[in-house]
Amino acid sequence: MSMYGEYDFLMIESLLGDEERMVRDSVRTFVRDRVMPIIQKHYRAGTFPTELIPEIAGLGLLGPTIQGYGGAGVSHLAYGLIMQELERGDSGVRSFASVQSGLVIHPIHTFGSDAQKERWLPGLISGELIGCFGLTEPDFGSNPSGMRTTARKDGDGYVLNGTKRWITNGNLSHLAVVFAKVEGEGTPEKPHIGAFVVERGTDGFSTLEIEGKLSLRASVTSELHFEDCRIPADNRLPEARGLKAALSCLNNARFGIAFGALGAAKACFFEALEYAKERVQFDRPIAGYQLVQRKLVNMYSDIVQGELLAFRMAELKANGQLNPAAISLGKRNNVKVALECARTARDILGANGVVDDYCPMRHMNNLESVYTYEGTHDIHTLIIGQRLTGLAAFSG
Amino acid sequence: MKILVTAKRVPDPEQKVKVQGDAIDLSGMNFVVNPFDEYAVEAALRLKESSGAVDEIVVLTIGSKDVTQQLRSCLAMGADRGILVEGDDDSLDSEQTARIIKAVYERESPDLLLMGKQAVDGDNNQVAQLVAGKLDLPQACFAGQLELEGDASAITVGREIDGGMEFKKVPLPSVVTVDLRIVMPTAVKTAGSKDNQEYAEGPRYASLKGIMQAKKKKIDEISVGDLGVELEQWVKTTSVETPPSRSAGIKVESVDELVDKLQNEAKVL
Repeated sequence: MSMYGEYDFLMIESLLGDEERMVRDSVRTFVRDRVMPIIQKHYRAGTFPTELIPEIAGLGLLGPTIQGYGGAGVSHLAYGLIMQELERGDSGVRSFASVQSGLVIHPIHTFGSDAQKERWLPGLISGELIGCFGLTEPDFGSNPSGMRTTARKDGDGYVLNGTKRWITNGNLSHLAVVFAKVEGEGTPEKPHIGAFVVERGTDGFSTLEIEGKLSLRASVTSELHFEDCRIPADNRLPEARGLKAALSCLNNARFGIAFGALGAAKACFFEALEYAKERVQFDRPIAGYQLVQRKLVNMYSDIVQGELLAFRMAELKANGQLNPAAISLGKRNNVKVALECARTARDILGANGVVDDYCPMRHMNNLESVYTYEGTHDIHTLIIGQRLTGLAAFSG
Repeated sequence: MKILVTAKRVPDPEQKVKVQGDAIDLSGMNFVVNPFDEYAVEAALRLKESSGAVDEIVVLTIGSKDVTQQLRSCLAMGADRGILVEGDDDSLDSEQTARIIKAVYERESPDLLLMGKQAVDGDNNQVAQLVAGKLDLPQACFAGQLELEGDASAITVGREIDGGMEFKKVPLPSVVTVDLRIVMPTAVKTAGSKDNQEYAEGPRYASLKGIMQAKKKKIDEISVGDLGVELEQWVKTTSVETPPSRSAGIKVESVDELVDKLQNEAKVL
């Protein structure tokens, strides 16, 4: 089922090139055939479908925009569509791919040395290496500059201490891109933040899976612990200077989320649409009642607008003009749209909506995390607010 | 060895068909490669990968320029070259299609013509047989298994029959059509296949790299006129109707009434 064909009133399909259409169709078929049959089982069990990793990588979905190192070098729009189709399946599967691509491959590709790229990118793109991204800490989410994790230069290496939390792929990963305050760099009040690659097996590095999530259950979320963890100086990404590097990664991932969330929204919308046409109450399909039609139309209208917003973001990104306020606008709007669609779809499905044979409540629960991660809804509101008013509401 | 695979564009079978007047309304429809043709492309790719004997896989389609999209998806799966015969694929009957394929066969002289057993739009299941007849080639239809000889002189075709499989060995060149089971993990074998070689079930997904490479692969565009084919229409569509919707059942009071209705109304007794 697609938003294209007979439902494509605005002919959005015509905004796609052949390359993008083929990429989307290939990922869509993959998700239909491989993800959908197993996602319910994994969601219930609280496990990530690791069996899909070789095929996800084989399709080229890890670091797809990278030229070289095994990457296919597709357009940003194609990247967005990949995220959308993956999240049509499940936000957890999309999270896996967007962390690997946007938050691990991207920083190593952008801020790493040639030797570092040669060392890690081929494995990350082929799926033999899985990575995670350590920025958020137990006490520092929206305000990463307050982080407590430190890196101390010691001879020919660095010694890391601290804890990172809410780290997608943490327990799956072979390496972590970790941000830490570098002692002795910058000023004591405002130490310099650097980025380091920590490989699994390094003494003093351990991961702990976070249990009990009611959201993103088909995704691994962890805590990373660094206790006098000594890494070679070669593992520092030389071009990552300050929090700007981390924000560059987040901008990439947020761009993907603006597309991805709409995938979940579409899955919910079409399930609700089909259901409403089939479900008969008082001798006619509930889709024939005005209240239900209004809900369906609102969902459709919001999704189409979100899609145009996302497509515009892709266009700007291709031209190197995508600014942070525009990214905040897209992430904030489209995740909100998706969450509301999931809730409305759950409502239209009635009691059936609370059962996991249908997708809306799974998406709804997932989207609660998506609403919060990669910049909370409120923080994006304040970023846009600052841009509009010139006044920062979240700092002194 | 060269394999020529045919691929037809069909409306996405997952969509509902709309009838407008005397024709099927194709506006706003998504189109896909006929699934059985996609299986034929997959089978050709497996033959090529495991045998090392296949030099080129050429995919042929007939249609308007729009069909290039579907041809590109076959190239993205891994086929080497495309041929687009420009014509209106919606109006072609099996005879006309067979004549075009015959003409392309004669230009390309492949060692194997591999086709889907039928297109899921018309469900005719005629073209391969007609082509084989016109070319006087051996034909083996509904292949669920394929095994290519080491010297590529013949191919053994396994066909599903009641209670088992039937195997027919045909010399090459010949015409082979494939059935659904050809995309099972071990359905295609060659002298080069490893003992425990298994493919993922189903036709492969086009990888992103495959898609990027497909943009650079060659598609030859030929007009029906270039092929020198005469195309008088044998089959004309006179009308299109959706099946009548089933009326609700009724409850009968007694066995006698049931027998009476079966005899006199349903006329099945």
